[in-house]
Amino acid sequence: MTAMPRTAGSPAESEVPLWFARPAVVPKRVKGPFRRFKWAVMAVLLAVYWGVPWLRFDRGPFAPDQAVLIDLPGRKAYFLWFEIWPQEIYIVTGLLVAMAIGLFFVTALLGRVWCGYACPQTVWTDLFMTVERWLEGDRAQRLRLAKAPWTAAKLLRRAAKHGVWLIIAMATGGAWILYFNDAPTALPAVFTGAGGAGVYTAIAVLTATTYLLAGWARETVCTFMCPYARFQSAMFDRDTLVVSYRALHGEPRGKHKAGDGWTDRGGCIDCRQCVEVCPTGIDIRDGLQMTCISCGLCIDACNGIMDKIGRPHNLIGYDTERNLTLGALGQPRQWRFVRLRTVGYFLVFALAGLAVLWSLVARSPLEASVLADRTPLYVQLSNGDLRNGYILKLLNKSNQPQHITLSLDGLEGGRLTVLDHEAEAQPRLELAPDTVAALRLFVRLQRNDWHGAPLDYRIRVHDQARGLTATAPARFEGPRP
Amino acid sequence: MADTTKREIDAVTGAPLHPHEWDGIRELEIPPPRWWVLTYLACVVFALGWWVFYPAWPFIGGYTKGLLGYSTRAELADTMAAVKAAQGPMNSRLASLDYAAIRGQPDLMAFAVAGGRALFGENCAQCHGAGAQGQVGFPNLLDDDWLWGGSYGTLQTTIEHGIRSTVDADTRQSAMPAFGKDGFLTRGQIADLAQYVLALSGRAGDVAAAGRGAPLFAEQCVACHGVGGTGNRALGAPNLADDIWFYGGDATAVTAQIWSPRHGVMPAWSGRLDALAIKKLTLYVHSLGGGE
Repeated sequence: MTAMPRTAGSPAESEVPLWFARPAVVPKRVKGPFRRFKWAVMAVLLAVYWGVPWLRFDRGPFAPDQAVLIDLPGRKAYFLWFEIWPQEIYIVTGLLVAMAIGLFFVTALLGRVWCGYACPQTVWTDLFMTVERWLEGDRAQRLRLAKAPWTAAKLLRRAAKHGVWLIIAMATGGAWILYFNDAPTALPAVFTGAGGAGVYTAIAVLTATTYLLAGWARETVCTFMCPYARFQSAMFDRDTLVVSYRALHGEPRGKHKAGDGWTDRGGCIDCRQCVEVCPTGIDIRDGLQMTCISCGLCIDACNGIMDKIGRPHNLIGYDTERNLTLGALGQPRQWRFVRLRTVGYFLVFALAGLAVLWSLVARSPLEASVLADRTPLYVQLSNGDLRNGYILKLLNKSNQPQHITLSLDGLEGGRLTVLDHEAEAQPRLELAPDTVAALRLFVRLQRNDWHGAPLDYRIRVHDQARGLTATAPARFEGPRP
Repeated sequence: MADTTKREIDAVTGAPLHPHEWDGIRELEIPPPRWWVLTYLACVVFALGWWVFYPAWPFIGGYTKGLLGYSTRAELADTMAAVKAAQGPMNSRLASLDYAAIRGQPDLMAFAVAGGRALFGENCAQCHGAGAQGQVGFPNLLDDDWLWGGSYGTLQTTIEHGIRSTVDADTRQSAMPAFGKDGFLTRGQIADLAQYVLALSGRAGDVAAAGRGAPLFAEQCVACHGVGGTGNRALGAPNLADDIWFYGGDATAVTAQIWSPRHGVMPAWSGRLDALAIKKLTLYVHSLGGGE
C-alpha cells in the first residue's frame, strides 16, 4: 500500500498500520487443566453444531418435526416450542441484544473467555491445528518441515493436511444448510445432486470461509478482522479477570542452570514455552494486549515447566489488575465481582432476555387486519342500502387448524357476509395451520342507518375453542353530504 | 511522467510536485494507490471478458451477441414459460370443472379470482373502472342490479358475445326506440313520462305530471320494462323502480334517455380471450359482491 504523505505535524509514530506481515504462528502442544477445559468446550460446541439439526421435536402433522429449523421458503423459524414469523423478527433482534449484553457481562467479569474458548473462530482454528499437529507433528517438526525442500514426502503431508481441512470445512458448510432444511432428507439430497443451487452455494461459501479462516487466517482474524477484539477494552476495568504474568514473582527473569540458586532473581527461567504454545503468537510477559484471547494455554505451559523444575505454580494466571497491584504492595487480594459495571450489564442482559421471553410467551396465535376497498369506497345497492367491501387477513400462527367466527362490533344495523359463506348469519370458518387467510368481506348498512359521516367499528374474530379474540379496526364509508 | 528534469519536492508534505503551474498554484504529483490501479485493471479485464461473452457492441442493424448467447428477452420468455407451466395444473383443473364445483374449492377459487382480476385490469377496467365501479353508461359490476343477469351463465354469455357487438351474431341486442327524436311522443308527453318513471322509485317532483305519464307508460313502456317498471333481463331492459340509474336518475337525464336513448356497446370477447380467461373473468366479476 502506498502511504499517503502525511500533513505537517501529524504524529507519525502513533499511527498503527491496519495490517502488517508477521511470522507464522506455529503453536506447540500443551497439557494442563485449561487445555483440558478447552478440549471439553470444543467437543461440546462441535457436537452441538453438528448434532442439533438431527434433534426431532413433535409438532403434530402440520409442522416440521425438526427441533431447530429456519424454513426460508415457508418464512417460519422453529425453535423447540417456539415458532416465529417474519414480522416477529424483532424477537431475534432482542435475542441478539440480550446475547451481546450477556457477552459484555461475561467479559467485564472474566475477560475474553468467549474468545479463548467458545468463539467459532477459536473452536475451528483449534480443530484445524489439531489435525495439523496430528499429520505434520508438533512445533519443532512443523518448523523443520516448513524449511525442508519440496520432496514427495513433504508434498504428501501437506496434501493430506489440506485434504482433511477441506473435508472438515465441507462438513461445516454442509451442516449449516441442515438448519435450513429437513436434515434427514436434505443430507442425502446433497449427495445425490438434488440439493438445489442455494444449498450448494451456501455449502461452497461456508466451506471456503471455514477453510480459509480456520486453516490460513487463524489468529489474524482475531487480531485484524474482529471488531470485538478492538472494543473489548471498553468492558475491562481493574477487577476484570485477565491472563496475567505476575512480574512480582517472575522478574527478573533469566536462564537457570541446574545447581544455580533462586535468590535475587524471579521464577521465570525465560524458557519461552508460554510464547511457543500461544495460538496468537504473543508474549504474555509483555502484559495485557489486544491480541491475547485469554485461552490460558500459557498458564498450562508455564505450570508444566514449573513442575519439572520443582518451583511453585502460577507465574502466569487469571488475575485482576487490582490484585496484581495489591500483590506488588504485599497486601491481600480483593475480589470485586459485584461492581457497577457487572451489575449494570447483568440488569440490561436480564431485561432484554425477559423481554424476549415475554414476547415469545405472550405472542398471540391469532391476528387480524382489515383492508378496506378503495375503488370504490362504497357501493350503492338497488334498494338504496350501502355496502362496503373488505379484505380480512387472518393469521393463524399456530401449527393446528383453527375454527373462528366473525362478527361486527360497534356498527349499528350492519350486516356481515363472507364471500362463499353468504348463507351463514355468523360466518364460521376454518383456518389452515400456519397460514395467512384472505377473506372477502361485505358489510351492508340500510340507507336510513347512514347519516353522512364515516362509521368506525371493529371486526371481531373469535376462536371459541381456545378462547381467543382478535379485533381489527374498520371503517364504513358512504356518500357524504 | 515525461519530464526528465529532477522532480521538485513539496517542502510541507514531502511529496513530488507537478511541473505545471496554474497562476501560481501548484499541485502535488501523487500516483493513485496500488489497490486502486489493480482494481481498475481488473475492471478492464472484466469488461473485455464481458465483450466476448455477453451482448456488448451496438451496430446499426444489430449488436454483438456474445459467446453465451444471453438475451434478456429470451430470459423473460423463459420466465413466462415457466410461470405458464407452473400454472398448468391449476388451469387444467379450472377448465375441467363447472362453476359450482370451482366454488367448492377455495384454492382454485383464489387462483381463478386472482387471474380474473389481472384480466379485468387489462381488458375491462377501461370502461368499468379499476374497481369495477363503472361510470355513467358503463354499469357498476359491484352492485346487485344487472341488465342481463348476474349468474355465472349469464355473465359468461355477456362476456363472450358482448352487447350490441357488430362482429358477433349471438351478441345481446336491445334497442329502445327514440320516442322524441323519431316523433312517437311529444315533448310534453316525454316530460310527463319522465316524472312517472321517477315516481316509480319515489323521486317524482311533479305528481300531477307523473299521473299524466302513467297511461303513456302503460302504452309505450311496459312491453319491455314491465308493469311497475321492474325491467326485463331477457331484453336487457333496466329496472326503473330501483335506486340504480344507468344513464342518470334526474328528470333531465331520464328525459334525454326517452327522447333519444343511448345504446352502449360492449365488445364480444370470445374471439379475443380464450375460454379459460373468460371463465376466470366470470368468476372474478361474480365474486365482486353482486353475483347471483
